[in-house]
Amino acid sequence: MSARKPLPRWADVALLPVLNLTLAFFISGLVVLMVGENPIEAMSILVYGAFGYGEGLGYTLHFATNFVFAGLAFSIASHAGQFNIGAEGQAYIAGLGAIFVGLALDGTHWLLVLPLAMLGAGAFGGLWGFIPGYLAAKRGSHVVITTIMFNFIAASLMVYLLNYVLKEPSNMAPESRSVVGAGKMPQLREFWDFFGYSPVNVMLFVAIIALFGMFFLFWRTELGYKIRTLGQNPKAAHYAGISNSKIIMISMTLAGAMAGMIAINEVLGVQNRLVIDFVFGYGFVGIAVGLMGRNHPIGIALAAILFGALYQGGQELAFMMPAITREMIIVIQALVILFTGAMEGLFRTPLEIFFTMIDVNKNGGGVPVSSTGQALVGSESDQRRQKKENGGGVGVGSESDQRRQKKEKQEG
Amino acid sequence: MTEKSQKNRRRSDIPAAVSSNSDELAIELIKINKHFGPVYANRDIDLKIAKGSVHGIVGENGAGKTTLMSILYGFYTADSGKIKVGGKEVKIKDSSHALQLGIGMVHQHFMLVDNFSVLENVILGAEDSVLLAPSKKKARIELARLAEEYELEVDPDALIEDLSVGQQQRVEILKALYRGAEILILDEPTGVLTPAEAAHLFRVFDTLKKQGKTIVLITHKLREIMAITDEVSVMRRGAMVKTLITKETDPSELAELMVGRSVLMEVKKGIANPGDIKLEVRDLEVSDDIGVKRVKGVSLNVRAGEIVGIAGVSGNGQSELLEAIAGMRKPDNGKVIVKGQEIAFKGDDSAAELRLAGLAHVPEDRHEHGLVISFEQWENSILGYSDDDKYGKGLYLSVKACKNEAKKQIEEFDIRPPNPLLKTANFSGGNQQKIVLAREISRDPDVFIVGQPTRGVDIGAIESIHNHIIAMRDAGKAILLVSVELDEIRSLSDRIIVMFDGNIVGEADPDKVNEGELGLLMAGISSQDKDKQEEAFVKDKIANDLANKGAV
Amino acid sequence: MEIFNNIIFLLDSMIRLTVPLLLAALAGLYSERSGVFDIGLEGKMLAGAFGAAVVAYLSGNMWLGMFAGMGIGIVMALIHGIASITFRGNQIIAGVAINFLAAGLTVFLGQSWFKQGGRTPALPEGGRFLAIDLPFADALKDVPIVGGIYSELISGHNIIVYIAFAMVPFTYWLLFKTRFGLRLRATGENPKAVDTAGVNVNFMRYKAVLICGALTGLAGSYLSIALSAGFGLNMTAGMGFIALAALIFAKWRPWYVLWATLLFGFLNAAQIRLQGVELPYIGEVPVQAIQALPYILTVVLLAGFIGKAVGPKAGGIPYVKER
Repeated sequence: MSARKPLPRWADVALLPVLNLTLAFFISGLVVLMVGENPIEAMSILVYGAFGYGEGLGYTLHFATNFVFAGLAFSIASHAGQFNIGAEGQAYIAGLGAIFVGLALDGTHWLLVLPLAMLGAGAFGGLWGFIPGYLAAKRGSHVVITTIMFNFIAASLMVYLLNYVLKEPSNMAPESRSVVGAGKMPQLREFWDFFGYSPVNVMLFVAIIALFGMFFLFWRTELGYKIRTLGQNPKAAHYAGISNSKIIMISMTLAGAMAGMIAINEVLGVQNRLVIDFVFGYGFVGIAVGLMGRNHPIGIALAAILFGALYQGGQELAFMMPAITREMIIVIQALVILFTGAMEGLFRTPLEIFFTMIDVNKNGGGVPVSSTGQALVGSESDQRRQKKENGGGVGVGSESDQRRQKKEKQEG
Repeated sequence: MTEKSQKNRRRSDIPAAVSSNSDELAIELIKINKHFGPVYANRDIDLKIAKGSVHGIVGENGAGKTTLMSILYGFYTADSGKIKVGGKEVKIKDSSHALQLGIGMVHQHFMLVDNFSVLENVILGAEDSVLLAPSKKKARIELARLAEEYELEVDPDALIEDLSVGQQQRVEILKALYRGAEILILDEPTGVLTPAEAAHLFRVFDTLKKQGKTIVLITHKLREIMAITDEVSVMRRGAMVKTLITKETDPSELAELMVGRSVLMEVKKGIANPGDIKLEVRDLEVSDDIGVKRVKGVSLNVRAGEIVGIAGVSGNGQSELLEAIAGMRKPDNGKVIVKGQEIAFKGDDSAAELRLAGLAHVPEDRHEHGLVISFEQWENSILGYSDDDKYGKGLYLSVKACKNEAKKQIEEFDIRPPNPLLKTANFSGGNQQKIVLAREISRDPDVFIVGQPTRGVDIGAIESIHNHIIAMRDAGKAILLVSVELDEIRSLSDRIIVMFDGNIVGEADPDKVNEGELGLLMAGISSQDKDKQEEAFVKDKIANDLANKGAV
Repeated sequence: MEIFNNIIFLLDSMIRLTVPLLLAALAGLYSERSGVFDIGLEGKMLAGAFGAAVVAYLSGNMWLGMFAGMGIGIVMALIHGIASITFRGNQIIAGVAINFLAAGLTVFLGQSWFKQGGRTPALPEGGRFLAIDLPFADALKDVPIVGGIYSELISGHNIIVYIAFAMVPFTYWLLFKTRFGLRLRATGENPKAVDTAGVNVNFMRYKAVLICGALTGLAGSYLSIALSAGFGLNMTAGMGFIALAALIFAKWRPWYVLWATLLFGFLNAAQIRLQGVELPYIGEVPVQAIQALPYILTVVLLAGFIGKAVGPKAGGIPYVKER
């Protein structure tokens, strides 16, 4: 078993996701065949529905806006090594902040409402992310379990608040008072008829700014640097004097706040009031978006558009081919999560072997050597494997010693 | 099983073979090779172990001892080479196969299930039937027998997590014996034991040996080797250096063989000119991750303009001492004072406090601690210093400033290839070490602590690293150095402190002390009054041993 | 007597609502005790419910339906196993994927096959598990207290209810009194110890994960062909997650799982009965507070504020061994 090289960057960030996606679509195609429809035709309806005309595109972008925020909520936590399944609940709770600001400032101007709603929704969503972060950092609770539980707690809390606190006595439905004026986010169709009746609104631009903001945060600030250090190597972060617990709490709070932006898009952008279940599973899509987007803003943007298109095109498809309901999209989403998240090795391992073979052939065999003549260490995954293998120094002395030998071998 | 042990008891009347030329070999290894990725953990290993003997295998951490024994135990498969057990060539497929061949292993980190009872651990994998009750009953009887025979008493119903480490080890030995082990491999068995527990363990060895069992003892503690083994094999860097008859060797020879003499260039350095005390350590006590006390009250000073080297066989508390001084491990007790400022050790970011106080740290293990290997080089060039204003004021991090600094470091330390955008994992070991050193030295710290500065670094880089360290001393910095390379300690240090078993056991002048004296100090032999109990025991043991052998 | 009857009804409803939680939590117990964390209980249960309803509807045979439900559960578990054991993928992500897969596929296939908005048609005669009366249930009915308890509470449930409760002592026995159980528990605590003892770790984990699939499938079958007469959209409604909470609350022990699921089942039953009811002194209890209680209790327990729930030590980590 020889050492494998890490994948070339382009293969890692582009080829691998494309292969995973292709497989997910292929299997979905089989499912479509199973119910007696033509997958190619289904695909073309889907693509047309998502991009073929203004209103469709508007819906696609509207969904994509949600997915950008949800993807960021997953990725920010993920960069810190935390697995945030709680975007759904964080967005739900954030609806409170959005509607409070929207109702309170309904008589002003949306330019005033927007930043304050972001603060409000961010604060509520952030709180819902902070608590699991705090429990993880200080009490050792598992973020996954806590965020799942917090999704359900949020659901119960919101139903209670909508039924008993926020509901207008005159209204039968459990929903808040409606915003009617400046509290509504301006929809793009007000400026461009092109978008038909689609609800895509000013939050689209906030999402784009958030993507740039994420890039800036992670690659242009000390905090982002520290978060990435913690996520990549908690021990090195400890060595560097970075407080692991603080960073976990900060990134979970940021993640929650980001999920909170979904609330503005939905509550002040579409519903104009707080209703039950307005998050509608968008938070969960963030997991697929984050995984597929490789936790990078560009990837997240592309994955969000992809899922936006699937959601919108899927609705169109359900209309045109009644045998294919929009749940088909959830199946595709599940397969994407499965292949990109849980079964990465399915393509990664063969690809690594493939690229290593090419490389060895180029260099005439032996230890893989890069073009600069630099000896290369085994792939990261190899090293991770060794780390687990040794489990704290059971194997060849300590792990570090093994690496030391590795180095020596290459130099010698 | 019972039949077998009957047989053994009969065989025990025959005196144990001592010489490796004996026809009766328990184990013979021929040209064993094993590599992990491109790294050879074992290279062309030959080894003969006589039946009924206690055979020691010594070597530093990472010398390949554990890998070799794991191959013998079927946990790893060798890439090439032959294994003979009892004269017959075998291919050991897995652990259960090794057990069938009568090979049992007591791992350094016990392979026990913490919330299981002793009985459950003993029968795990060796159950006789679908239901546990009959197996438990049988094991209970067998354990009682073994306890009587080998002084291995332990409550069969106790949970492992409630047992002391020494008792847990007994369970491991019992596990092996219950499975009918004839050859018992023990990996660093005394590392976690109190002297009294160690003494007991060695008595058990005696009984086992008398029963005709073969014992392979992996350790880096030379005193144990001298006290209880018949033969000793020395390993270094994956290779077998030499096999000696224990009676015919001495600790300092073994220490030299273990550490080896790397070809080091003579380090040119002038006379030290020590100034004020910059780093002060007072009565420091530090425990490791599993709560075992590794540093037992160490005090030391480092002055401006001097290099203090800490020598010692690895595993005697140097690592924990270094980590505590660097803020990575909270001390149980004692003080660390940097330039007059006592470190508070609050929260989980003490390392930052120490950096602000003017201390820089090159960790022993650069992959684990010193670098994020998935980062590009420039990102690692600011690790620990990202808050510095020169990398952007406030929260902002100026990539340009970082990359400029990275380029500066690359230039000054001749890091190759000179590409700050290259992933750190793709630099060679020596250059990775230079990345760490460059970062820490560039900050111009007043106190500099360095662990294993040249571990896994090629000769050329060694020289330049040494020169950088000397230059820092000459610039009036206080430097504390830990290295397993004795020559490195000797040639760099102005003062040598020797650590043994968590204590400072001696101080030496590098120009006056010779290698033999240092070796003895490191082996804890000539330590005067520390740890009298163990000392007394070992002497006792050696005397007894000699008497026994004489009698035979 | 009125109050007594009310209590009996409440407890009877508790038992019905406990069963799916109990089966799913026990399923999770096997998987997690072997070191494979499973947040996909919900999805496996949902898929099982769908499979059972479809086959029971088509065949008119409840037993075929039940086995189909368990079979589908096993298939889903196999996907989980392949991803997290063979490919050493992230167990959590695999679980998330399974939940979505089930949520999507059940509705999608249900709609295209039956065109009833994702529901399956009502089960025909013989397709549904019916209540069975235990001996003398009728005769004892009028005996005060004991008779009521026996004939209403203990008797008169379908067979899956009895299987579910019998699974508790059986699981206890299997886990703590047999070779299989010893190895299973050891695998979740210290797989390396199991490996060095000559037992195949991954094979053990597969066995555990497949048992988990069968039990979640049974839980799903109970929902669709015993408790109700057909599959309904998202009919598990988070029960898989409550089961997960119960499992944590029970600290991964069979008898504790029974108590925890009975507690959560009781909360659920009470919540339904208390809807809109003014209690003396307390006033109207918001049902949402009761609904959220299992989750809140679990969070509090996990954080170590009351006791400490520590899961199997090797849970969540794929076992890797180089050869």
